Amino acid sequence: MRVIALRNATKRFPGAGGRAHTAVRDLTFDVAAGEFVAVVGPTGCGKSTTLSLVSGLEPPSAGEVEVDGKPVRGIPDGVGYMFQTDAVLPWRSVVDNVAAGPRYRGLAKADARAKAMVWVERVGLARFAGYYPHQLSGGMRKRVALAQTLVNEPRIMLMDEPFSALDVQTRQLMQDELLRLWQGTGAAVVFVTHDLEEAIALADRVVVMTAGPATVKAIFDVPLARPRDVEEIRMTSEFIATYREIWHSLRAEVARARREAVDAG
Amino acid sequence: MQAELTVAPDVAREPATRPARRRTRLWSVRCVLIVVWLGSWELAATHWIDPFFYSKPSAIAGRLADWFTTGTAFGSVWTQLLVTLEEAVLGFAAGAVAGVVLGILLGRARFAAEVAAPFIKAANAVPRIVLASLFIIWFGLGLTSKVATAVVLVFFAVFFNAFQGAREVDRNLVDNARILGASRAQVLTSIVVPSATSWIFASLHAAFGFALIGAVVGEYAGADKGLGLLISNAQGTFDAAGIYAGMIIITVVALLAEWLLTLLENRLLRWRPPVQAETQI
Repeated sequence: MRVIALRNATKRFPGAGGRAHTAVRDLTFDVAAGEFVAVVGPTGCGKSTTLSLVSGLEPPSAGEVEVDGKPVRGIPDGVGYMFQTDAVLPWRSVVDNVAAGPRYRGLAKADARAKAMVWVERVGLARFAGYYPHQLSGGMRKRVALAQTLVNEPRIMLMDEPFSALDVQTRQLMQDELLRLWQGTGAAVVFVTHDLEEAIALADRVVVMTAGPATVKAIFDVPLARPRDVEEIRMTSEFIATYREIWHSLRAEVARARREAVDAG
Repeated sequence: MQAELTVAPDVAREPATRPARRRTRLWSVRCVLIVVWLGSWELAATHWIDPFFYSKPSAIAGRLADWFTTGTAFGSVWTQLLVTLEEAVLGFAAGAVAGVVLGILLGRARFAAEVAAPFIKAANAVPRIVLASLFIIWFGLGLTSKVATAVVLVFFAVFFNAFQGAREVDRNLVDNARILGASRAQVLTSIVVPSATSWIFASLHAAFGFALIGAVVGEYAGADKGLGLLISNAQGTFDAAGIYAGMIIITVVALLAEWLLTLLENRLLRWRPPVQAETQI
């Protein structure tokens, strides 16, 4: 069952001097229900734009984006989105942040809090339920954002380099946590990252994007069994073989992006 | 010197006593400054300058005592104070509410904001204090004309901050809320308004001062009660001490209001990380 379908989706933004800047061009790929797809590409190639298109925050300039077989107009039902930078509300406590989604969807305050508390516990923040975000560490704020997204029980989760700002150890911890929490949900995930190791460790399939304007260069299957331990799995020979194969494809794009950055600068 | 050297390590070992000691020092220096200032004024007015023009602290204190014990030329000083306070508070409330609501709405409506921009700039450039005279013609010598002057002064101070605050809302927070299921109205109440609150409070501190100025200037332009009338009357009778006494009462009121606002702000903005700086102005 296909939940996300992109058909020649193109997005142009008004650029400097009236010239349109093409962020993504002719994107075509599908995501099945319950599938974990990672999107990798050189930094700044337009990976995030892909998520904006699927989430309905930005309409495509050309082509079509479908969720559940219907063209995306506005934010589709059942979509969760974890942003790259913190999007937790600084004026709400942890539990009230997590309760935001249910509250917006019309649940009474007490019910929303009860529902939120379950997820606060699941992400391991029970002791910090009454804390404000500024009292938490970066990793803990990511847990809040994760719980905030999961409490709505999304069927599609869009994740935009959610762990890129964390230190290596916290990042691996969060990756494990994400896999653990995701496994029970049956949600489809589109996970954008520039870190190929992270992509392989988490995903069923890896989509490699070209340097900007981004389009799909190749799609690889990740032949690793679940459940996975992200720290252990990096050492297996299958992982290394997959890494080598995908890196071979990605390397040329990274090199091109670097050359363009040098030329532009 | 010797004593200081032996004290210093003690202080370092007991950080708890340091802030207390610092505060005592801070306040003693402040008191000394006040004593020096008032003392030199009193001395100068007694021996060199003409107290008729410049008055002196003892005369001002006498005038204040007189007002609070036997009353003013227009009745009890409390009546005057309450009248001015009523005008200022009403003007402050009306102006702040209007400023916040319009500022936030316009801050979120791009097109309307662009249409309104030159008009708002022009309205802000008008010397609004002059409107006090116009309001006396429109509304008479009573309460309404003073409240109107205060409203006009307060409105713009609050409006610009609310507008800016509503504009500078983190896009990420808005997108996140929309994804989580917020309607436009919910984005406004749960994201935009709280984000703008710190901006709005920053302006409210100044705005109450403006409300008092509006009320007093309004009374000054024409009234039958109020502190502005006392000051205007003092000017008419060349009573410098009366002008100072009026000023002091207004200053105390403004400081009290400031204190109340800070209490409210600390309560509403509990979520903010504690401020690093020790100096508060």
